[in-house]
Amino acid sequence: MKIKTLTSAIVLSGATLIALPSLAADTIKVGVLHSLSGTMAISETTLKDTVLMMVDEQNKKGGLLGKKIEAVVVDPASNWPLFAEKGRELLTKDKVDVIFGSWTSVSRKSVLPVLEELNGLMFYPVQYEGEESSKNVFYTGAAPNQQAIPAVDYLMNDLGVERFVLAGTDYVYPRTTNKILEAYLKGKGVAAKDIMINYTPFGHSDWQSIVSDIKKFGSEGKKTAVVSTINGDANVPFYKELGNQGISSEDIPVVAFSVGEEELSGLDTKPLVGHLAAWNYFQSVETPENEAFIKAWHAYTKNPDRVTNDPMEATYIGFKMWANAVTKAGTTDVDAVEQAMIGQETPNLTGGIAVMNKNHHLSKPVLIGEIQDDGQFEVVWETDGVVAGDAWSDFLPGSKDLISDWTAPIKCGNYNTKTKTCSGQNY
Amino acid sequence: MRRITLRHCIALCCCLFGLFSLTTHAAESASLDPLLAELGEAKIKDMEPILVRIEAVSDESILPLLRTLLNGNLYYNEAEKKVIGQFESNGETYYKDVFTDEINAGIDKRDVDKIRVNNKLRGYLRNAIARIQLTSKSPSVRENAVRELLSKLDDSTVATLESLYPFEINKKVKDAMGLALAMNTASQASLAPSNRIAAIEKLSTSLESDVRNLLMQLTRDDNAAVVDAANVALGKIEERVNRFAFVDQLFFGLSLGSVLLLASIGLAITFGVMGVINMAHGEMIMLGAYTTYVVQLIMPNYIDYSIWVAIPAAFLVSGLMGVLIERLVICRLHGRPLETLLATFGISLILQQLVRTIFSPLNRQVSTPSWMSGSWEINPVLSLTLNRLYILAFALLVFIVLVFVLKKTSLGLNVRAVSQNRNMAKAMGVKTNWVDAMTFGLGSGIAGIAGVALSQLTNVGPNLGQSYIIDSFMVVVFGGVGNLLGTLVAAFTLGIATKFLEPTTGAVLAAILVLVFIILFIQKRPKGLFPQKGRAAE
Repeated sequence: MKIKTLTSAIVLSGATLIALPSLAADTIKVGVLHSLSGTMAISETTLKDTVLMMVDEQNKKGGLLGKKIEAVVVDPASNWPLFAEKGRELLTKDKVDVIFGSWTSVSRKSVLPVLEELNGLMFYPVQYEGEESSKNVFYTGAAPNQQAIPAVDYLMNDLGVERFVLAGTDYVYPRTTNKILEAYLKGKGVAAKDIMINYTPFGHSDWQSIVSDIKKFGSEGKKTAVVSTINGDANVPFYKELGNQGISSEDIPVVAFSVGEEELSGLDTKPLVGHLAAWNYFQSVETPENEAFIKAWHAYTKNPDRVTNDPMEATYIGFKMWANAVTKAGTTDVDAVEQAMIGQETPNLTGGIAVMNKNHHLSKPVLIGEIQDDGQFEVVWETDGVVAGDAWSDFLPGSKDLISDWTAPIKCGNYNTKTKTCSGQNY
Repeated sequence: MRRITLRHCIALCCCLFGLFSLTTHAAESASLDPLLAELGEAKIKDMEPILVRIEAVSDESILPLLRTLLNGNLYYNEAEKKVIGQFESNGETYYKDVFTDEINAGIDKRDVDKIRVNNKLRGYLRNAIARIQLTSKSPSVRENAVRELLSKLDDSTVATLESLYPFEINKKVKDAMGLALAMNTASQASLAPSNRIAAIEKLSTSLESDVRNLLMQLTRDDNAAVVDAANVALGKIEERVNRFAFVDQLFFGLSLGSVLLLASIGLAITFGVMGVINMAHGEMIMLGAYTTYVVQLIMPNYIDYSIWVAIPAAFLVSGLMGVLIERLVICRLHGRPLETLLATFGISLILQQLVRTIFSPLNRQVSTPSWMSGSWEINPVLSLTLNRLYILAFALLVFIVLVFVLKKTSLGLNVRAVSQNRNMAKAMGVKTNWVDAMTFGLGSGIAGIAGVALSQLTNVGPNLGQSYIIDSFMVVVFGGVGNLLGTLVAAFTLGIATKFLEPTTGAVLAAILVLVFIILFIQKRPKGLFPQKGRAAE
């Protein structure tokens, strides 16, 4: 046991230099459940560093409830079942008070039953497909109505797009998002023949015929755009092929939901310039909060070239809200913190105030940016105010009557407003 | 009317003889400078009206400015209220006057702000450049300018084209202008239907997508005769478009086939000829791709030539690694295929982790040489991408060289002798150990070369090899183990089959169908397309 505490103190990586083993019992423990190896390590390592930075900052301010915060980092190694195991380890062995973690939807779904069984608390910082609301999870990334729907609205209203290509990687997030978008577009009067849906495997590299199909689809007189939920490194050959086949961003713009500053930082951005991305945060937005955040990040990583991105902001907001909720509740007890979380407000890095809603989703502004050749985004459009995250999409037949409300008297993640019942599932 | 024509005619003559003096520029810049300063301080959404005013007061001399702005290299120096162009050379950033090309050494990155543009402005700039270039000296520039403007035929553009049309001497440019004017005539509802129908007939010979868009709109016209003519014209165009679409698809298939051929041809030697199930083959490809990255890192200013250095370098790196693996591991496991499989799988994991440790798990950026980017436009509907075209030719070249090495050199003779009957070859004095190492090195080296080609198409990362290893085995088994010609035929068959399936089934299902087909085929003919015959087959 003593060795265990010692190792976890070392894992702190200098976050709390005075965390001696004897003091460990008097700390508030924060679990970090992000992959540090395997395919997702590229994206998730950044979030681990963000949490450690936030812990560091909070401790400099004197910690929480008079105690120091101690981070416990584990590595689920991009292995989805391991997320459940490591989650259990964090909650039972390390007895953490809160977990910040997960990136892919499948890893979140894997750890979810454990959180509910052991009544843990997790903050999930990535944009996702919605259709979920657990009492034990706070979703600080965007729901489809905070990313996909506004992006399509922008295409229709500002760019006059009439035909849509929904291109995605073949897994749960693109499939659900595209289902929602298809229903939404049809509701807006877009004919079925003006929507083309295409799925490709993970890491697809031969885009010739798909790009040629898109070109053909786009040369029929109506303004066409691609809504891309293509994931990870398959994007690079996709944009390259677009460039090679002479499709410029003026002819057929591509709006991506999974391409951010971090993904662009290792890329030849020439073929991407002018294409679009929809997020709740861009590094290029000039606000005092964002400047301070970027400065702190550069100082913490000791690398002035490190970029910031949307999931980092989501982690930042999540951590701030959690710290405030713990202060408000006066305890780290999960049920008390969960209730204290609802209604929490924290300034966004891009301006305005983020609010935690009753359905455990945030209200945030939505921004659309054009990719510039330096790998940054130029904001070309943003919503007037903040948009409330919607756990259950209003555009899918199965979920349009469902709402999530974790306050009394409903206290249910999937309450049916027609039958006035909670379906009984936990999420 | 006559005056306008004359003025344009004079302008054209001026351009033709390049009679541009700096005095005109100097006179102009007086009115231009405040506008440019305004441009530098404006927000994106306010920039278009300023650009319209700039275009109104200037002529061809403004082109460098518009191009610099279009490419995102125009910066604004707030202190001096001047715009300035940024360019990079040898990794250093310089600033120069966009009109005189004079380098301004006194300016630092912090003194200037980038003038950002968005898609709308890029579209406007492209059209503005085209409008100015209508009177360019070069016929090809004029032609491209006309084609660029086909999608944006407003009244003033049409008026300009009408005035220029009678004086155009180049046939191609004249045809393009005629097309634009015909499009204008066809779309004017106020004109007599007979005129419009004649214009539509003229349009039916064009493959431009703008023409098709217009015809599509005309099929919903109020005049029945116009609708009929538009439908006939569209039918004619569609027929030709479909023919070219078939050629396009065939090219995609050949291109995918060439990638498969490159990836699997090395395996055809190590697995086919030597019988070693080499799970680390994909990592040899990966090493080749990383070699390209390192070569580009070493010579950042000569990206265009980097490929020529990378090919032999990748062959050496992967080849030497192959020899090393053969000497250290595989030669100790002769005749034990299962252990060989496991050992090479282990090696593949070690190599992956090695590049993760050395280069980081992130993908590395390999630039495409300028001569390999872009496409060869045969007509508006058929264009072949250059990188694919080069790789197709390269794959065939590698194949021919390899066949030559195996058939005509003493190494090839030894390789064939050892693979047919090891003991007999040994008895005849062939150094089998040496031949094994050389064969494995050759196969691995070829895989390295494949890596150079693949680095131009896909991501260079630690997992690069894994995505090709299954495909490689599939091709070799399908073609017939130990037969290079079989590998060639199999690679192109699978490539073309996949690409013809993809549009109807989607990429995911196409891959599954191809795999199912191969499984069924192997059931029927276990030795592949071209089984080895004679005593060597045993």
